[in-house]
Amino acid sequence: MGRAKLPRKSTNIDMTAMCDVAFLLLSFFILTTKFKPAEAIAVTTPNSVAAKVAPQKDYIMVILDKDGKVFLEMDDKGKKETIANSLNATRSLNLNVQAFKNALFIGAPLGSMSSFLAIPEENRKGDKLPGIPVLDSANNELVIWLRAVKDAYLGLKEPAFLLKGDNMAKYPSFKAVIDAFKKNEIFKFQMITNPEAAPLGTDLWRMNQTGEKREE
Amino acid sequence: MAEMDTSGGGGHKKGPGVKKGKKLSTRVDLTPMVDLGFLLITFFIFTTTMSQPTAMKLTVPKDADKPEDQNKAKESGVITILLGKDNNVFYYEGQLTPNASNFKSTSFKEIRTVLIDKKRNTPEQDLVVILKPSSQCTYKNVIDILDEMAINVLKRYALVDILAVEESLIKLSEGSTAPTK
Repeated sequence: MGRAKLPRKSTNIDMTAMCDVAFLLLSFFILTTKFKPAEAIAVTTPNSVAAKVAPQKDYIMVILDKDGKVFLEMDDKGKKETIANSLNATRSLNLNVQAFKNALFIGAPLGSMSSFLAIPEENRKGDKLPGIPVLDSANNELVIWLRAVKDAYLGLKEPAFLLKGDNMAKYPSFKAVIDAFKKNEIFKFQMITNPEAAPLGTDLWRMNQTGEKREE
Repeated sequence: MAEMDTSGGGGHKKGPGVKKGKKLSTRVDLTPMVDLGFLLITFFIFTTTMSQPTAMKLTVPKDADKPEDQNKAKESGVITILLGKDNNVFYYEGQLTPNASNFKSTSFKEIRTVLIDKKRNTPEQDLVVILKPSSQCTYKNVIDILDEMAINVLKRYALVDILAVEESLIKLSEGSTAPTK
């Protein structure tokens, strides 16, 4: 009886398809990787064992650079417009609302805000700007800014208040920022840090080992 | 497919003495290319997710205007940590004695053992850590000491303004001892 002879199959696999997939994924990851945008304000953040990832949207960020200069950054453009309008109304600053809306950060005393907004965006570099004056406790302008921010968010879900400070910033400016937060009844804020593992043998390390949840 | 076909056409003969040029396949082995591709993919996957900054929470209390509104702490359970310039750390337990005999100097490396000792020897409900950064210390110092609270799971701590006496004591000790770092 003649039996149909099974063709002998080769054990070699066609790699072309796999190669295609690999490079498709590769191009996807290359394209989606967000490279850190060239930062206008250079800040080296300290390390901490905090495990919570910093919020990426809906934030109000106070930046403290290495000379202790303070900048304010926020991501909600609609709210920025509200703030600019209310500051124009209450302090007659005559700000260019559109420019204010598009400004990445704020870093000048209230009096010279208009000239700050006149600088083209790409020329606004943290080291050349005066920052928001905070050190004089009687005239801490960050208080005014944060009040305007709070008013803009009145009745809405509060944004996350972030503080991004540089390692070398001196404590008085940090304290001035905390005071500005306190004066506006903001008692909870978060500080941006780089992640770090809990040191071996410490209580926190032991808690992590046993899987106990820690209070954040 | 996907490998060099080197077997050629060895099966058929043209005749004796006729040499046949080896027929090379145009197929290329793609395995190393795939390897490289996946290596890069792994690299990109890891670099995109690993560098997320974290946020450390800090809750500050409302300023109490009247002294009687302020929190009371048992003297035996209090340790005060002072931060000086150049990463110097000082501490004292309980109240500062008038002659400053319990004012001790330490460093960021050793403060952990001090805190652990204090934590082991004090009942939990009495333990309070008071942090007093001086005007000379940096933001990093403050974060480091707050981090130390998290590392040693100290739940009761407070950031307090430094007193003039303490500031001058720090100046004095920094003048006498060479900075550690």
